Amino acid sequence: MEYLLIQVLNGVQLGLLMFLLAAGLTLTFGIMDLVNLAHGSLYMMGAYIAWTFVTWTDSFVLGALLALPATFALGVVVEAVVMRRLYARDHLDQVLATFGLILFFNELVRMIWGPAGKSIAVPPFLSHTIEILPGVPYPAYRFALIVVGALVALLLAWLVARTRLGMLIRAGASNRRMIAALGVNIELLFSLVFGLGAVFAGLAGLMAAPISSVKIGMGDDILILAFVIIVIGGIGSIKGAFVAAMVVGQIDIVGRAFLPELLKAFMAPASASAAAPAISQVAIYVVMAGVLVWRPTGLFGQRA
Amino acid sequence: MAADRAVRTARVSERLLSPRVLVPTLLLAVLAALPLLTQAFDQRYLLSVGTRVVIWSIAAVSLNMILGYGGLVSFGHAAFFGIGGYAVGILSAEGVQSGWVQWPVALGASILWAALVGALSLRTRGVYFIMITLAFAQLVYYLASGLEGYGGDDGLNISRSRFGGLIDLRDKASFYWLCFALLCASLWFCGRLANSRFGTVLRGARSNELRMMALGFPVFRYRLVACIIAGAFGGLAGILLANEGAYVSPAMMSWVKSGDLIVIVVLGGIGVRFGPLYGAILFFALEEILKPFLDMMHKGWGEYWQIVFGPLLVIIALYARGGMASLLKARE
Repeated sequence: MEYLLIQVLNGVQLGLLMFLLAAGLTLTFGIMDLVNLAHGSLYMMGAYIAWTFVTWTDSFVLGALLALPATFALGVVVEAVVMRRLYARDHLDQVLATFGLILFFNELVRMIWGPAGKSIAVPPFLSHTIEILPGVPYPAYRFALIVVGALVALLLAWLVARTRLGMLIRAGASNRRMIAALGVNIELLFSLVFGLGAVFAGLAGLMAAPISSVKIGMGDDILILAFVIIVIGGIGSIKGAFVAAMVVGQIDIVGRAFLPELLKAFMAPASASAAAPAISQVAIYVVMAGVLVWRPTGLFGQRA
Repeated sequence: MAADRAVRTARVSERLLSPRVLVPTLLLAVLAALPLLTQAFDQRYLLSVGTRVVIWSIAAVSLNMILGYGGLVSFGHAAFFGIGGYAVGILSAEGVQSGWVQWPVALGASILWAALVGALSLRTRGVYFIMITLAFAQLVYYLASGLEGYGGDDGLNISRSRFGGLIDLRDKASFYWLCFALLCASLWFCGRLANSRFGTVLRGARSNELRMMALGFPVFRYRLVACIIAGAFGGLAGILLANEGAYVSPAMMSWVKSGDLIVIVVLGGIGVRFGPLYGAILFFALEEILKPFLDMMHKGWGEYWQIVFGPLLVIIALYARGGMASLLKARE
């Protein structure tokens, strides 16, 4: 029972992390109609920039606080130099150009930080465990991830649903040309949204850094998962991204934590523990395919 | 009468000498003679690069059938590398070495996969299609890395397919010529397909799906058949790739390879018969050229060639849509 609770929490934590990544992606997708494969590169850059600042200031919090505006700036620059020219293009051009950006960023990181991975230590004040229920210990850092992730999700929900900027974002998602015609500075709005997406991606990257590792290509695999999430949820829908991220997080954790035991009932233990992660990944894609066959525009998607 | 014939002959020879005919003919001639050339200049390494170029061209021809003529952006085409390759690899690991068994099984598996993925994916449009094809390819990728009995993540060493005394695939030159012959066959087939009634319907649906449906064409079925044909050629490329390295691994169908295939098709020219060939040559040549070039500018920079290649792709996407083929268009 306690094991189950801990695994469910791990799933929530993973889901929130992926939601941060998926939120930026679904916003740029929904509003600018942009397939941004390079979103994972922003995740990676966020982690590397954070590593630099954390090593420099010797403090995780300070390093993170410095890294966030830096990723925002990076996002704005990338938007101004490349993305802005891609909004009106078809998806094939966008795939090609952002694929090129991935190659560029991976190589850039290799030039600046070298081929070996980096690691960020868990900040000392979060390196202990806390009792979520009497007698059930849980790492404080992972718990902090859940709290921060949930706060950011709430902040985003408030931003989109209750503020003027959010109103413009929603209007932009449903009809770009109309809000431009109404006199909204759409270029500024797009820059802001892209920068915001970059900050969320960078935040996800730097928060994931202490529990995984900072390495080249770290954003590529998780980016595919983020795409799966926004496609399941419906492109442009923050709510959909949240629901899908939670589902995908749980599937992943269930696969890692419970499948090996289940498989050992009818497989050799070694091959069971090797097959389980593969099966849980496969399950995620099966869910996505199933959702798309059932609803071709995702759970909460509006348009094709 | 005689003057008339002279004009006609002049027109024909003008057409034959136009870059659109001349360039592919010359390219194919050079490719056909490649094993002799590399032997004459003692450049064995170039032959193995050439073999990979030819195999990737076949895969790109296959992708061009659906992406170029059908307008369907498949982001999971490398899955066919894996399915063709693993069918050969698994059979080989189980002791079935005969190519007469391996190849038809591998092609059959690719066709089945294409039919399944096509039937499900074609229900979606646009970005959703891109993503669902990607998801299916990832599915095969993870399945292969979970096959602990067949090497899992590390992949599987295999022995090359045997065709009795007919052809020895271990001989580099014969294997190259086999790949080259298959490339010619797929280029010929693709050209026939594009100009057939079938290809015309496919292209019609690319530019206006609704109109084709209103005309009474079952667009879905046409596209599904196109996917299946493309799948067969993709599987063929996978079979050849497995035999080229005598090795299969999940890495051969990572999503980056699917991206590379799209890059090749776009580089060469979308929906142009010889486009995939130009694209593959350019793609592999760029790596071989950029590395020494950057090393020449500064020792050690060659390692970082992708820092130039990446932005180059961005520029191509932004400013050079027609790819290489558009350079050859007759200026009339």
